[in-house]
Amino acid sequence: MVSIKNLHKKFGSLVVLNGLDLEIEQKGIIAILGPNGSGKTTLIKSLLGMVVPAKGDIEIGGEKVRDHWDYRKDIDYLPQIAHFPGNLKVNELIKMIKDLRGKDARDKELIEFFKLEPFLDKKLNNLSGGSKQKVNLVLCFMFDSPLIILDEPTSGLDPVSLLRLRDLIQQEKAKGKTILITSHIMSFVEEVADRIVFLLEGKIYFNGSVSELKSSTGQTDFEHAIANILTKNNA
Amino acid sequence: MLKILKYSFFDLSRSLWSYVYFLFYLFLGIVLLFLNNDLSNAVITLMNVIIILVPLIGTIFGVMYYYDSREFTELLLAQPIKRRTIFIGQYLGVAISLALSLILGLGIPFAAYGLFESAIIWNFFSLLVSGVFLTFIFTALAFNIALSNENKIKGFGLAILLWLFLAVVYDGIFLLILVYFQDYPLDKFALIASVFNPIDLSRILVLLKLDISALLGYTGAVFKQFFGTSQGLIISFGVLALWVVLPVYRIIRISAKKDF
Repeated sequence: MVSIKNLHKKFGSLVVLNGLDLEIEQKGIIAILGPNGSGKTTLIKSLLGMVVPAKGDIEIGGEKVRDHWDYRKDIDYLPQIAHFPGNLKVNELIKMIKDLRGKDARDKELIEFFKLEPFLDKKLNNLSGGSKQKVNLVLCFMFDSPLIILDEPTSGLDPVSLLRLRDLIQQEKAKGKTILITSHIMSFVEEVADRIVFLLEGKIYFNGSVSELKSSTGQTDFEHAIANILTKNNA
Repeated sequence: MLKILKYSFFDLSRSLWSYVYFLFYLFLGIVLLFLNNDLSNAVITLMNVIIILVPLIGTIFGVMYYYDSREFTELLLAQPIKRRTIFIGQYLGVAISLALSLILGLGIPFAAYGLFESAIIWNFFSLLVSGVFLTFIFTALAFNIALSNENKIKGFGLAILLWLFLAVVYDGIFLLILVYFQDYPLDKFALIASVFNPIDLSRILVLLKLDISALLGYTGAVFKQFFGTSQGLIISFGVLALWVVLPVYRIIRISAKKDF
C-alpha cells in the first residue's frame, strides 16, 4: 500500500527525516508516534506531496508520489491544525470540497454523527476550536478512500466527540481500510492501534505491535514503555 | 483549473475591497467626464492615475490574497489537484477580478457618456489594455514575492518596494542618467530603458496613441518612430506579454518545489 525508501528532508539546517524506510502492507490502524519535532507531520505531508523530500522514494498503491497528484484521490487526510478560509460558511466549504473532488460523499451522515447541524450556516471564523475540528473530521471522512491519514485527530474534541471519533475509526477499520494516525494521547493510541511506528530523530526506532513494544522495553504499561524509549535515548 | 478560478473569484467577489476598487474607478470616471467635458483630457488624467494606481493595487491585492488564502491553499494541496492548477487558478482569479473592476468601473461612465460614438474610443481602449496588462503583470510579481517569502511583513515590504522602484525610482534614475549624460546621444538608451519597465512602456503606448508625443521633444520623435510603427507596437506588446509570462512561469517553478 505505502512504501517509503530512504526518505530525507531538511528544513534549513534542521534535519527532520534522515533516511527513513517504512513499508505498510497490512490493513488496520498504524500509529505514528514520536517526540515533538521527530518528523511525524513531515512524514505525513511527504506522503501527500505537500512537502517535497530532498531524497528518497515514496510509492502509494504502486504509484510514485513525486510530481504526481492523481493518487491523492484515494487518500483522506485530516490536517493537524484545522485552517479554513474564514469567510466561508460550513456548508459552503463542504460543498466546495465535494465539488473539487467530484466524488460521492456521505457528508449528511457525518454531520449528523458529529451533531454539526446547528453550525452549518455559521462562518468558519466564528466556530470554536472543537467545532472546527469536527468540520475537519467531516471533510476527511466523507469520501470513502482506502487510505486515511489522521494528524492529531483528537485535538480540541470533548469526551463525547472523542468517543464518537473512536467509533468512527473502528468502523472504517472494519471496512478494511488502512489508517495512519499520529497522536499524543497514549491511551487513545493504545486502544486503537494495531501497530506502532516510533520515530526518533528522523528514523524509525521501533516498528511493531503494542505488546511487542511493552516486552522489548520491559514495561507493562504502554505510556511507561514510550517514556522508557525517550529517556533511554536522551540519557 | 476552472474550479479553483471559480472559487478564488467567488471569494474575492465577497470581499469589500473589490467593490471599493470598482467604485473608485466608477467615481473617478464620472467625475473626470462630467467635470472635464473634454474626453482627451479625461483620458490623460486617467492614464496618470492608472499607471500608478493599477500596479499598486495589483501588488497589494496579490500579496494580500496569497497570504490570506494560505489555509485554503493547504486544504487544496491535500486534494487530488495539480499544484500548478491551484496557484495559476488563484492568480487568474485575482488578476481577472481586478481587471474586471477596472474595465467595468471605467467602462460604465465612459459608455454612458457616449464614448462609442467618438473617435477617442481607441485611446480609451489602449488605456484599458495597458491597465489590464499592468494588473496581470503586478499581480504575478506579487505572487512571486509572496511565494518566496513566508514572512508576511517582509513579503508586503518587498512588494511595496518593487512597486516604488518601478513606479518612481526607476524614472528618477532614468532622468538622472539623461541629465548626467546629456552630451551623448541617448535616444537608443532611453528607448531600451523604457521597454524594460512595464509602467513606462504602458505610459508611452498610451501617450503615443493620444498623439501628444510632440510634447516629449526630440526623444518623443524617436519614440514615435519606434512605437508608432507596427513593428514597434508588436515589440512593445510582446515585452508586456513577456512581463506576464516570465513571472507566471516562475510561479509554477517555485510552487512545484515549495513545502507546505
